[in-house]
Amino acid sequence: MNQSEWPLWEVFIRSKQGLDHKHVGSLHAADATMAIQNARDVYTRRLEGVSIWVVESTHIHASNPDDAEAFFDPAADKVYRHPTFYDVPDSIKHM
Amino acid sequence: METLEKPALTQEEQFQARIDADVRIEPKDWMPDAYRKTLIRQISQHAHSELVGMLPEGNWITRAPSLKRKSILLSKVQDEAGHGLYLYSAAETLGASRDQMLADLHSGKAKYSSIFNYPTLSWADMGCVGWLVDGAAILNQVPLCRTSYGPYARAMVRVCKEESFHQRQGFEVMQTLCEGAPAQKEMAQEALNRWWWPTLMMFGPKDSESPNTEQSMKWRIKRFTNDELRQKFVDMMVPQAEFLGLTVPDPALKWNEERKAYDFGEVNWEEFWQVVKGNGLCNADRLQARVQAHEEGAWVREAANAHAAKRKAREGVGA
Repeated sequence: MNQSEWPLWEVFIRSKQGLDHKHVGSLHAADATMAIQNARDVYTRRLEGVSIWVVESTHIHASNPDDAEAFFDPAADKVYRHPTFYDVPDSIKHM
Repeated sequence: METLEKPALTQEEQFQARIDADVRIEPKDWMPDAYRKTLIRQISQHAHSELVGMLPEGNWITRAPSLKRKSILLSKVQDEAGHGLYLYSAAETLGASRDQMLADLHSGKAKYSSIFNYPTLSWADMGCVGWLVDGAAILNQVPLCRTSYGPYARAMVRVCKEESFHQRQGFEVMQTLCEGAPAQKEMAQEALNRWWWPTLMMFGPKDSESPNTEQSMKWRIKRFTNDELRQKFVDMMVPQAEFLGLTVPDPALKWNEERKAYDFGEVNWEEFWQVVKGNGLCNADRLQARVQAHEEGAWVREAANAHAAKRKAREGVGA
């Protein structure tokens, strides 16, 4: 029954030269060319972008939110990775 | 021995705790089935409303009074198609299929905003649709930018950014008519007379008759009740109507100094439920136009699929 449904694509837009592409949403299209054209019409009607990436949604792999705590835990107790961990004497400049 | 450990929270309690802490829920997070179902229903209804909402305005594109008005109306209708697409894709993150949502719209199983089942009889109706209908939509939609489900909230941010132009152009149409010849002003008044009450109905049934409100508020899908938004709308619109020199068609309308708000008459709920049930002036027309557009586009969808398949096969051979 789903035969007619075009595949789903995720859309990423660079809003301005020099900035990175950011996920904005998704849409259906038969192929990549059409996905980019549709993305232009759906997501950049007011000059929101200067560049578009599309990728078929089935190609996106994501971390599992149920494992998020354990998965990101290793970074939680390493305060020494941040510059504010270190005391710098007041007389030292440019650091 | 005493233990400091609290009893473990159930999944549902953990979920509610996240909602209460204003943490957004994302597609792959655990959520109660009823939350998922409520959202799919609400988001898809919202998407359907955007699609069907193109029809009453499409009626006037070829008859807009100037090229400027025609370009504006075209842009607005195009935005509505875009809003529908943002919303369908938000619903799809919950596991709903696009084909199924459209099938439910076309079979009459799914609902859309009843406002679009009223006809647009004169050019002034384009003014009222923008000024009143989109004004009401904005009041509904702005709080949804903070709704608890991430993809829905993000879609609504996009929608709200674009909606403000819709309302302003409608107000401008009304203002132009009200500053024009007496016949034009009369046309504006007639349109207001026809659209005022249906617009008040857009906020949905009274709180006392809206069984889903309490749960939706608890889940922070909804942030205000139907009656709260309706009151806000009246308070916002009456001064604008006065500015235009138009009379709001409600003899019971009166400023209440104590409440610092307008008292207003009772909506005709019998009419509201009739339109919801499919007996409005244009229900059949709207659905028929939707189904026809979908069926007549079938060959395009098939051809694009065939083209994509052919190209894929050719690239496969070349590799």
